Amino acid sequence: MGNDLTLTQILVSAFALTLGAATPYLYASIGEIFSQRSGVLNLGVEGIMLMGAFVAIFFVSDKGLQAAPIVGVLAAMFVGGLMGILAAVINVTFKAEQGISGIGLTLFGLGMSSLLFKMLAEGVITAPVFPKLDIAGLSDLPIVGEIFFQQNVLVYIAFALVPISVWVLNKTTWGLQIRAVGQNPKAADAMGVNVNRVRYSTVILGATLAGAAGAALSIGLTGVFQENMTAGRGFIAVALVYFGGWSPWRVMLGALLFSAANNLQIWAQILDIRVGGTPIPSNLLGMIPYILTILVLVFTRQRHNLEPAALTKAFERGEN
Amino acid sequence: MKIQKRIFGGDPAAAFAPVIAVVLALALAGVLLVALGKNPFEAYASMIEGAFGSDTRIFNTISRAVPLMLVAIGICIAFRGGVINIGAEGQLFVGAVSATAFAVAVGDSLTPLLFVPLTLVVGFAGGAAWGAIPGFLKARFDVNEILTTVMMNEIAIRLLLFLLSGPMIDPKEVAQGTHIPQSAPLPEGSWLGRLAPPSRLHMGIFIAIIAAIIVYVLLWRTPLGYRIRAVGQSKAASLYAGISVPTYLTLALVLSGGLAGLAGAVEVTGVTHRMVEGFAVGYGFSGIVVALFGRLHPIGAIPSAFLFGALLTGAERMQRDLQVPSATITALQGLVVLFVVSSDIWVRRRAARRATQMLAEPTAAESNVQPIISEAK
Amino acid sequence: MKRKVLLIALLSLALMAFGGFASAQDGPVRVAIVMPSTITDLSWSQAIYSGLVAVQTEMGGESAMEIAYSENMFDVTAAAQALRDYAEDGYDIVIAHGTQYGTSLFELAPDYPDTSFAWGTATDTGTEAGLENIFAYEAAAEEGGYINGVMAGLMTKSNVIGVVGPVKAGDALLYINGFIQGVAASNPDATVNVTYTNSFSEVAAGTDAANAHIAAGADVLTGSSQMVVGAIQLIQDEGGYWFGTQSDQSAQWPATVVASQVYDWTAVIRDIIAQRANGVKGGVAYNLTLENGGLKFAFGDVEISPALLIAAGEAAKGIESGEIEVLTELPE
Repeated sequence: MGNDLTLTQILVSAFALTLGAATPYLYASIGEIFSQRSGVLNLGVEGIMLMGAFVAIFFVSDKGLQAAPIVGVLAAMFVGGLMGILAAVINVTFKAEQGISGIGLTLFGLGMSSLLFKMLAEGVITAPVFPKLDIAGLSDLPIVGEIFFQQNVLVYIAFALVPISVWVLNKTTWGLQIRAVGQNPKAADAMGVNVNRVRYSTVILGATLAGAAGAALSIGLTGVFQENMTAGRGFIAVALVYFGGWSPWRVMLGALLFSAANNLQIWAQILDIRVGGTPIPSNLLGMIPYILTILVLVFTRQRHNLEPAALTKAFERGEN
Repeated sequence: MKIQKRIFGGDPAAAFAPVIAVVLALALAGVLLVALGKNPFEAYASMIEGAFGSDTRIFNTISRAVPLMLVAIGICIAFRGGVINIGAEGQLFVGAVSATAFAVAVGDSLTPLLFVPLTLVVGFAGGAAWGAIPGFLKARFDVNEILTTVMMNEIAIRLLLFLLSGPMIDPKEVAQGTHIPQSAPLPEGSWLGRLAPPSRLHMGIFIAIIAAIIVYVLLWRTPLGYRIRAVGQSKAASLYAGISVPTYLTLALVLSGGLAGLAGAVEVTGVTHRMVEGFAVGYGFSGIVVALFGRLHPIGAIPSAFLFGALLTGAERMQRDLQVPSATITALQGLVVLFVVSSDIWVRRRAARRATQMLAEPTAAESNVQPIISEAK
Repeated sequence: MKRKVLLIALLSLALMAFGGFASAQDGPVRVAIVMPSTITDLSWSQAIYSGLVAVQTEMGGESAMEIAYSENMFDVTAAAQALRDYAEDGYDIVIAHGTQYGTSLFELAPDYPDTSFAWGTATDTGTEAGLENIFAYEAAAEEGGYINGVMAGLMTKSNVIGVVGPVKAGDALLYINGFIQGVAASNPDATVNVTYTNSFSEVAAGTDAANAHIAAGADVLTGSSQMVVGAIQLIQDEGGYWFGTQSDQSAQWPATVVASQVYDWTAVIRDIIAQRANGVKGGVAYNLTLENGGLKFAFGDVEISPALLIAAGEAAKGIESGEIEVLTELPE
């Protein structure tokens, strides 16, 4: 029983789906790049994404506030921002151990989102996903149009963020300050940069984008909410920042690689690809995205010293 | 000498800060409970009753603490060694499944005196191997351990499912056609003895406490431990001192993984007696929280694990008695971590202030003693 | 060791006629249940919880039957503690609603000989191990799967059907195997693509799978476990159709869910209570089948052709009479 699909059709569909699936990772990872470039590791992304996911769908769903989808996204970003303020206070002002505080934030976000889900939605909530946005002319192009231009607006914005963030980091004063603070906070401080203020801004921005990532997952992709629906995506987003060497373009490639590998293993199951007649167990196939990510990183020789020197180190005037 | 002792050993705030943090977190969670329409006092009373209400309950609480303690002790090594090991969950699974595979393969052919320790060693080795991979990748290719341990967790989960549905599935399941992903039951010779039936308390508690003491001695009383901690404090200084940073980073991850693997092995030989889907869910994560709560000190992990075991056991009781959603406890755990981690700054400020004060007050006997101040971590 | 209880229907009818078997007991029947997901999961746990509530209402409310539940018990050790606590608290019937709870259950059942335990889906009542207080229950999900398959085969216009499977085990596997056979019976030209997300709970994985199935041309999807909610939402947005199992999923998506196989556990619950009243604390294995009415069908608001309903009815009759044999295992 074969599928009547040409290889081209399969690849086109696979890539189109990959772009959509990569979106939550993109928002979260780019946000984390800002945070980490200024020297703050935020492992709370998972928890913030979950809160963002619930808030977004609650605002939009018939069962909730029945607002417009864009309002849902903004609400998710707002809540993300609030959690970002919390993260900034704890990591920057209280100079807490960053890896651990992140886990606390994740646990808190996980618990709160599940509680709100139970309290406000009684355990079930759905909403239609963002409709696909047709871009006049481009969407109808064969192959290219199908892959790139039949996505929803959240996807377009996510990919637009990549060049925007590169520009911000490299061509604006703020970007320069961020990089300086991340590499040598003492020197930056001596030059009059308010280290803590810069870090606050990046952490809050990162968390806001993590909130958007959650919204992308709930109302951008799935149309539902479930307890712990991110299932580790927040951590993978953080891992992708390391994968991409803190560069938005390489992080984007990482997100695409990862999502593509995941999509391909699903296709391998659909097409019933076999090895010597025996089907490949789905759980082995499921390992592919993760193994691939590690392998690619090992074999693409990373230049050293890309890591912001001050990453995870709190700044105290007179200390560092 | 006196000054050092007074600075490091004497500050009660350092010990009490976690406790105050828990109280604050409980207060905030109490607000949450009220929002849920529950009476917080009733809820917390039910928690205490659930954790300590009877002998059996206390023993079960202790049994719950065992894997948390072992994971936490491993996390202490990792974090002290300067490695952020988020992979305890995966390392625990691999340790458990290794121990299971070994025990089932051996069957009846070994006497328990040898069987039990060997099984646990296999578990430790499994977890250590799972930690060695990110360790090696970091040492050799400078691949960040956050990335690798996160990936290894996911790989471990899928590997576990593959093994339990495939090569390691209970033959009985295949025969019955139900194909439930679980292993064959572990032979009784490999079981950790129960200490107080009908509670789940088992010999693992001794293993955990001994491990805590061993790791304490290792980290603070051996050259190996010194080097691990040195690398954790400052890679640059360690390099300068001739310590091979990659070696000790890897070692920290290997030992940390081994202890998580041991936790898994202890849990499977002491409690579940079989590998099933739904085994030790979240213990790797909770172990990190426990380690923090114990000030990242292996001996501190002992009371910390008991407290967390009580928190988790009591929380489940609370869920049952008052139908409080289990997510409340997750949120509470998060609040506890946030408060404890935030309290650090006040503790450090206090320690610094006290150090300055003491330096400013020379006494007759101490005026010629050279004070050596290092960070009160 | 399986004893198919063919008298369930008769027994429960008789007992319903007698009505007040609860009065044979002092005070309400106290039932506790431990579940791996939530009571609102639209699938596995919801099915049995609604069954319990239905029986409770039938019996006269909380004064006749008390229900206590623990949900989200995906950690086996925590579940074991919950089961033990319920037994310790003197509940009459303690239900472990998850196959992964089996080992723990068998370990604690001997300690509470007066308590009746029940677990599923399973067939082992522990009589081999000398236990007398364990009931086991399962569902012949392959039967409903077959019927859903028959209908799906006739419903699809693209001749491509997608199966969003969770973990390749238990009643999910039975359902999927039955479904594949059903499609083959009504529409041999249709292609059935099967994927497994390797999780019972990850909705995003369900969505990813559904997306791929739709890209492969599927206009009809099916699947099992609580992670399917994402897939159903997606096929709804695409204007396709869904066939459900375990619970009635049409309430949430009436225009998309054509039919759901519903596990009706009420007869099992009633019988367990009745058995206890007669002094039998365990040792009976139950199986929900089409024949004994344990498997029911709930239809959504989707307009379906009479031909389709007839085909489904024929298939059901065939299964009940034994004419159609639905295999529980398929060659790889």
